[in-house]
Amino acid sequence: MSAAQGDILLDIDDLSLEFRTFRGPVKALNGISLNVRAGEIVGVVGESGCGKSVTMMAATRLLPKGGAHITGGAVRLFGSDPMKLSERELQHVRGRQVSTIFQEPMNALNPTRRIGEQVIEVIRRHQRLSSAAARQKAIGLLRDMLISEPERIMQAYPFELSGGMRQRVLIAMAFSCEPKLIIADEPTTALDVTVQALILSLIRQKAVSTGTAVVFISHDMAVVSQLCDRLYVLYAGRVAESGATAAVLAAPAHPYTRALIRCLPGLAAPKRPLEQIPGTLPDMLNPPAGCLFRARCREADERCIEVPPLSPIDPARRAACWRRIEEAEAA
Amino acid sequence: MSLLSTILRRLVLLVFVVAGVAIVTFTISHLIPGDPAQMIAGDKASAETLAHVRQELGLDKPVTQQFVIYVKQLLSGDLGNSLRTRRPVATDIALFLPATLELGITALLMAILIGVPLGALSAIYKDGPVDQAARVVSVAGISMPVFWFGLALIIVFYVKIPILPGSARLDLGITAPPRMTGFFLIDSLVAGDLAAFRSTLYHLVLPAFVLAFANLGIITRQIRASMLDVLQEDYVRTARANGLSRSTIILRHALPNALIPSVTLLGLAFGDLLYGAVLTETIFAWPGMGSYVVSSIQTLDFPAIMGFTVVASLGYVLINLAVDLTYMVLDPQIRELG
Repeated sequence: MSAAQGDILLDIDDLSLEFRTFRGPVKALNGISLNVRAGEIVGVVGESGCGKSVTMMAATRLLPKGGAHITGGAVRLFGSDPMKLSERELQHVRGRQVSTIFQEPMNALNPTRRIGEQVIEVIRRHQRLSSAAARQKAIGLLRDMLISEPERIMQAYPFELSGGMRQRVLIAMAFSCEPKLIIADEPTTALDVTVQALILSLIRQKAVSTGTAVVFISHDMAVVSQLCDRLYVLYAGRVAESGATAAVLAAPAHPYTRALIRCLPGLAAPKRPLEQIPGTLPDMLNPPAGCLFRARCREADERCIEVPPLSPIDPARRAACWRRIEEAEAA
Repeated sequence: MSLLSTILRRLVLLVFVVAGVAIVTFTISHLIPGDPAQMIAGDKASAETLAHVRQELGLDKPVTQQFVIYVKQLLSGDLGNSLRTRRPVATDIALFLPATLELGITALLMAILIGVPLGALSAIYKDGPVDQAARVVSVAGISMPVFWFGLALIIVFYVKIPILPGSARLDLGITAPPRMTGFFLIDSLVAGDLAAFRSTLYHLVLPAFVLAFANLGIITRQIRASMLDVLQEDYVRTARANGLSRSTIILRHALPNALIPSVTLLGLAFGDLLYGAVLTETIFAWPGMGSYVVSSIQTLDFPAIMGFTVVASLGYVLINLAVDLTYMVLDPQIRELG
């Protein structure tokens, strides 16, 4: 945990959130606690629908208006509560202090405007630069993303670029105003496997060289394990386990984390059939009482009817599982 | 595909379209019952007089030969002579068309200037008071017939509260500006005649608004729908995530892209406005193409009807070309990929 000594940039405390639908409230987040310090790379993992993106979009208030309602908990983003900021104040936080790279690069750039205009627009929104200086800066950022002819790409329209190329442009844009925190929401999921590794290393290198903290959202345990200092494993809108990446991978505590790791090829013994986790996420319209993983858990017993709190089980780790809590107390 | 090659290609196609229209109008005019010679010579004309008139009009020749003559005339820009006004049809059209275009263009500008902001605001403040009001305006515009709405406006703003004129292009006592374009607004400005300009403007308000109102509703709804689509695009989210201001997002990202699918509609709307002008011109005694065509139809003035049809179809094709060129300007994907 070398990089985890800095100030806390983002502190999410016991956050609960629901989407009001015609069928009733869908309880997407059920008391998530998570923090990110300056300069560290934090992974947030879990299967689709477990609340990874919603948590981060709630923190930056990028969720569409109307649907989502925060029902409990608090968020501190750079020391202030984003829920209390005005639209104008939020605009100054976004891009300048925290920016987001999304999953789908194909439509994330305006199709009718040139790449250069779009990058320069973001730069000049937050920095007092002449258009010539902003242009030079944009070219430099694209070059950092290993784009070989940045001047030509600046003149191109998004439809003339591949998905990987667009994502590099979006990463350049996200880093353009030297934010302290970048949220990378599954940035490689929509890309060809051959460019995934490149994109990931570009984000990591740029973050390390600029001291930017990154929250890496992914459903891919393998990706997260290579990149991140610390991990949060989310299940059904709760943190199942958190801790230093090495510790979590070496001895996963929560049964859900164990199951996720068993699903990976290669990390465990080779040449075995890949496992899958039986069952699906619980119905979040009517979540069952107790531990939400209970129905899919190999180790569940009668104690799991009550919700296990996220508790420290060793110096590097916290887990929300009665068995681990008991074992830790016994030790 | 460059702009120029598109224009050239479309102009070649234009020849075929006009040829098709010429064949169809010629055929129809010779198939429908009614004898133009009889119309001109009158009911009591002798057989000799009738034969003489027929010969004069070329109606005694075989149909195929008549068609060849007709096409030759068309190619030299001669649309024939009107049976009713006795003037060349081309001269008549040049006389009446500008009045209709002035009305139609003013109406289109009104519909765009009101419809686009109204549609955009309805989408941005979806289900808010502006959206609800715009919805009422749209439904009213689409469902109220032009003849009823026109008369209603005349009763209110001309009869009851006389603040606007209800007929013609100019006040009595004001002479038309020297003719250059036939657009009174332009001609009066060129002549420096502000009284005529003011009078023209006043006279345009009611008929142009009536004409604009129906299309206003359609434009508003279309802009609202495409704006709602665009506002939930990923690139709008990117812009928000990068802290761009609301006005930048709306004016530089969302609205320009929302306008693209509406361009076709605007082209259609313009054609619609010219056609709607027939009724509006009748109600407001507007001396334009609409009134001219109605009189021509009533007197079986075939050369005038055929001439108008050819010019109108030419206009339609040119509007479509303008629509496609606008697409190329607005959408780089169409411009670069063709």
